[in-house]
Amino acid sequence: MSILVDQNTRVICQGFTGQQGTFHSQQALDYGTRLVGGVTPGKGGRQHLGLPVFNTVQDAVRETGANASMIYVPAAFAADAVLEAADAGIEVVVCITEGIPVMDMLKVRAALAGSSVRLIGPNCPGIITPGSCKIGIMPGAIHNPGRIGIVSRSGTLTYEAVYQTTLAGLGQSTCVGIGGDPIHGLEFIDCLQRFEQDPDTDGVIMVGEIGGTAEETAAEYIRAHMSKPVVAYIAGVTAPAGKRMGHAGAIISGGKGTAAAKIEALENGGVAVVRSPADMGARMQEILASS
Amino acid sequence: MHLHEYQAKQLFARYGVPVPDGRMTESIKTAVVAAKELGGDRWVVKAQVHAGGRGKGGGVQLVDKLAAVEQVADRLLGSQLVTRQTGPQGLPVHRLLIEKPVAIERELYLGLLVDRARERVVIMVSAAGGMDIEEVAASDPQAIQTAIIHPAVGLQGYQCRKLAFGLGLAGDQIKSFSRLLGGLYQLFVKEDASLVEVNPLVVSAHGEVLALDAKVDIDDNALYRHPDTLELRDVSQEDEKERAAAEHGLNYITLDGDIACMVNGAGLAMATMDLIKLHGGEPANFLDVGGGATAERVAEAFKLILSETRVRAILVNIFGGIVRCDLIAEGIIQAVQEVGVQLPVVARLEGTNVEQGKALLAGSGLNIISADGLTDAARKVVRAAGEAGL
Repeated sequence: MSILVDQNTRVICQGFTGQQGTFHSQQALDYGTRLVGGVTPGKGGRQHLGLPVFNTVQDAVRETGANASMIYVPAAFAADAVLEAADAGIEVVVCITEGIPVMDMLKVRAALAGSSVRLIGPNCPGIITPGSCKIGIMPGAIHNPGRIGIVSRSGTLTYEAVYQTTLAGLGQSTCVGIGGDPIHGLEFIDCLQRFEQDPDTDGVIMVGEIGGTAEETAAEYIRAHMSKPVVAYIAGVTAPAGKRMGHAGAIISGGKGTAAAKIEALENGGVAVVRSPADMGARMQEILASS
Repeated sequence: MHLHEYQAKQLFARYGVPVPDGRMTESIKTAVVAAKELGGDRWVVKAQVHAGGRGKGGGVQLVDKLAAVEQVADRLLGSQLVTRQTGPQGLPVHRLLIEKPVAIERELYLGLLVDRARERVVIMVSAAGGMDIEEVAASDPQAIQTAIIHPAVGLQGYQCRKLAFGLGLAGDQIKSFSRLLGGLYQLFVKEDASLVEVNPLVVSAHGEVLALDAKVDIDDNALYRHPDTLELRDVSQEDEKERAAAEHGLNYITLDGDIACMVNGAGLAMATMDLIKLHGGEPANFLDVGGGATAERVAEAFKLILSETRVRAILVNIFGGIVRCDLIAEGIIQAVQEVGVQLPVVARLEGTNVEQGKALLAGSGLNIISADGLTDAARKVVRAAGEAGL
């Protein structure tokens, strides 16, 4: 078992024939992902990487039964791509693209409100259920099928958590990179909730960083609803004070957003917060061994 | 991207937001000409720098003689203005805004920004104009009123009225305020702003509502669709090193310590700084070399790091991912040789082909110390910096 994606997930790639789309589609195929086709407007009817290319996501869904999409289109067209995927009935939309204007994401999120689509990202490494389905830019080889869920705002720090749990022999059930942009899709709590319900996840590593209040919200959720152990690392204890906009943003949410505030909130929520990013896997191993 | 006050006010005027009559000048001579053109017998001379707190720093002067305009312009132009937001070295003043003074009845605060938790544009107002909104939030949060705007319908009349009545405005001021707020919301959305702040927003003795100050930040990610805004960029206000870094696709921020680090990924870069601190060292910088750690990029990164004389050791922390570690190791070796790095370099590589990468570093004959894992890397670099400091 896993969350959100598994060996039955039928994936298409938006921006399929572009450089990024081509490279990462090939990587996904090599990993064993059920990639069933891709979309590049105007190139419909062709074959690419041995798979059909479609003009629209709707065509791709109709012909292939795709239920997940990975988006590698440039930032200027990414909002449009997300909305197209949602409109075509794609259930899990993974947007890797970095640099999307905030105003675009604001509109996308408002447009998706009330729909059942799960957006992951943007500006994220993607999602992987090791051994079954890799949607994103993460290196497949460091993963191992196992029983730890990982959810993270940062790309390379996700890889640290993955690598450490692999070395510890724990492996991963599913790893979700929720992305570093201020306005994005799935939050920590959406993933925590799914990991809590997943019978094949024994514990969760969550990697946060300074800014926003998603970690504080997650801490509340963990305190009230999680029975499985959660290990957290928050990056940015030594980061210089943010720019003024960061402060202004923090006003509305009650002065939260610093690493110290996040660590305190998580510890109050019963989370094992490690001070060193090197200790995520070992700490989880300790906790599972003692329970 | 930050805009200067005068640029923000030009934008305000374009969106129908009233601002005091003013002129931007870059020389003493044109400052006097501007004052003459504006007329009257008193002027406000405002230094244009990308920082707040200019008044207390001496960057805003009220004068009542043309000779004084000349004098103040002479003193400010070409100087470094230090405010509580600039740091001790200050920011260079190359431009002045000369304005007609406004007889002020009341000073208010008005700000628009994106609230990431609510995923909406939010307007904040307070009757405590001139004060930092952070201070107001800390001392009297009740004094701040907000309006949350749904992107599908935009700013509504009732929201403007509610804020206006809450600020104690009356009569025609309600309409003026609503019109002003409507203009600012349009500006925020159409220009892809990330922050619009008016502090103070004033009610003049004649009952007019106008923006006495103006601060606008534009979302960098949206600049591609605002070529005209991009032309407003003033590089003299940016940190030289951070700008040079950005030109090479590097994300660099100077800190106070003596241990430099070079990392791929922003989260891991922050974590590496934390790790240095945790093991008793002080990070000298934040440096994210991005996904493709090529030899060119790594060389540029070393150059940046070495431009800080207080650096005593360098930690390179790369999680290879899809890029192979042996390629990264080759890049590091090439860069160390090319740049002539003399300081101890501790390298922690992880990912595909890590063993070949480590072997390359070990066989390079250079002062590169290979580390196994994060903790080992942090210990080694802190020790190396300590030894170099003796």
